Amino acid sequence: MSVHDTAEPNRRDFLYIATGAVGAVGAIAAVWPFIDQMNPDAATLALAEIDVDVSQVAEGQSITAKWRGKPVFIRQRTAKEVEEAKAVELGELKDPIARNANLAADAPATDVNRSAAAEGTDAAAKEQWLVMIGVCTHLGCIPLGQSGPYNGWFCPCHGSAYDTAGRIRQGPAPENMAIPPFKFTTDTNIRIG
Amino acid sequence: MSGHSSYVPSKGVMQWLDARLPLPRLFYDSFVAYPVPRNLNYAYTFGGILALFLGVQILTGIVLAMHYAANSAIAFDSVEKIMRDVNWGWLLRYMHANGASFFFIAVYVHIFRGLYYGSYKAPREVLWILGVIIFLLMMATAFMGYVLPWGQMSFWGATVITNFFTAFPLIGDPIHQLLLGGFAVDNATLNRFFSLHYLLPFMIAGVVILHVWALHVTGQTNPTGVEVKSSKDTVPFTPHATIKDGFAMVVFLALFAYMVFYLPNYLGHPDNYVEANPLKTPSHIVPEWYFLPFYAMLRAITFNIGPIDSKLGGVLVMFGSILVLFFLPWLDTSRIRSTAFRPMYKIFFWILVADCVFLGWLGSKPPEGVYPALALAGTIYYFGHFLIVLPVLGLVETPKRLPGSITEAVLARNGGGGTPAGAAAAPDTKG
Repeated sequence: MSVHDTAEPNRRDFLYIATGAVGAVGAIAAVWPFIDQMNPDAATLALAEIDVDVSQVAEGQSITAKWRGKPVFIRQRTAKEVEEAKAVELGELKDPIARNANLAADAPATDVNRSAAAEGTDAAAKEQWLVMIGVCTHLGCIPLGQSGPYNGWFCPCHGSAYDTAGRIRQGPAPENMAIPPFKFTTDTNIRIG
Repeated sequence: MSGHSSYVPSKGVMQWLDARLPLPRLFYDSFVAYPVPRNLNYAYTFGGILALFLGVQILTGIVLAMHYAANSAIAFDSVEKIMRDVNWGWLLRYMHANGASFFFIAVYVHIFRGLYYGSYKAPREVLWILGVIIFLLMMATAFMGYVLPWGQMSFWGATVITNFFTAFPLIGDPIHQLLLGGFAVDNATLNRFFSLHYLLPFMIAGVVILHVWALHVTGQTNPTGVEVKSSKDTVPFTPHATIKDGFAMVVFLALFAYMVFYLPNYLGHPDNYVEANPLKTPSHIVPEWYFLPFYAMLRAITFNIGPIDSKLGGVLVMFGSILVLFFLPWLDTSRIRSTAFRPMYKIFFWILVADCVFLGWLGSKPPEGVYPALALAGTIYYFGHFLIVLPVLGLVETPKRLPGSITEAVLARNGGGGTPAGAAAAPDTKG
């Protein structure tokens, strides 16, 4: 290291180490803003809450709300669809987790846990309601409603099929479609977020 | 580039410059006096065609950027303005869009030529790896360019491709948000894609310089696969390769002009003339034709493999299909370069070509019925070719007798009367 063959470190050794250390730390610190600028900014991150009036959604009808740039399907399912979903054994499911932001992370994917009934109030009346982020968990396409082999949703991009509770049953998607945080503020109003 | 230079600068300015910055000398040694094998066929002209098309894309791209607006509110309209209002805008945009397709046609011919003549084998491993890097950069550039018109295919293509990254556990979602700048593809995504789409072609140009440098260190392969042994085996780059490359370029450009003027939207999708709608996925989304084989492999994995779920599996298989090319120089155990002297490999080579075309066709089909199963079969064969056929075949195959030299092969073919110039012009038809 030293240009002189002495045991004592000299001034050049000190400058070499000090310059290298300060330069390396400075370079790493300078890189971070260049990476972090790509992350979502505060305006994007601001947790949006939306209120959706569902009084006009009759049994067998759906509406799509936009939340955080993503579609949220709100569907009042028919009694037949609920029965079909309830009849499925958990063991048949590709993803046995409810994926419901209102429940514990490991809640099982029963039909009740997927539906609005799991959110708490008036369980029996709300099991018909399904509120979920309408984004296929494979690669983010929006599935088509009331189609596919399970009569639920079918993703046209890569062929994932979901059942009437939005659970993945067939195709490349790994998870059930996500349930966002939401609650019924009145009988006809849903607050998402 | 290596070896001594035969450049003699003319008196005056050229001598003055040669003593200060010998750029003309570099150019002369690389593209005039540079010795090329005398038996190169037309498959070897696609390197020059690729350089030409990189130039076409950069030139048309720079002028399109003068009129395009990278803002999700007006991007779609600005492209329509280019098509309708900007002087010659329709021509420039059709050249750019079809230019991307022709760039990929040329690169696929170039890659398969490399596979056929063993261009990846020692001592050209680095040359080959640089080529695979260029291919990856091309794919990234083409993908981001396709997002810019902000049509339905742009938007949903961007959504699907960026979602690849969510397949990775833990780091997937943060990386996904970092790429998008939000929770879904939106204005922030469009802006950064435009910035990177403008940057990447210049990075490609940089790697191309390294690619050509590596080529000029080892020298080109040739259809016999026998290395150059004496100066009799070569002809100077100019006029032989210049004329041959130039002729191929003009023919290729004529085909390009035909597409631009008569079938400008043949390779595109009508859905991309519908403005992006974040709440509606088109009923059948497909990427541009040049990504179809990879798209088929992505969709082929519909089942979990142990701890790897189907989504991550598909993404790994798709990236793996290109990653495997990096290891090609070491997967092929045969010491014979040219397929012309490998009778068994020749069959497998054409099966691989057919498999890639088959996968491309499957990629354009909806993911229903028998198609995913066929795609799985095609995918397994693709990997089988590189991971099983190539290593085993090199050990069991009996190659044909190699000619003693390039000159010997050329003279045998031409009945002993071939002049160097005539030999260089005679395409060595193979396969």
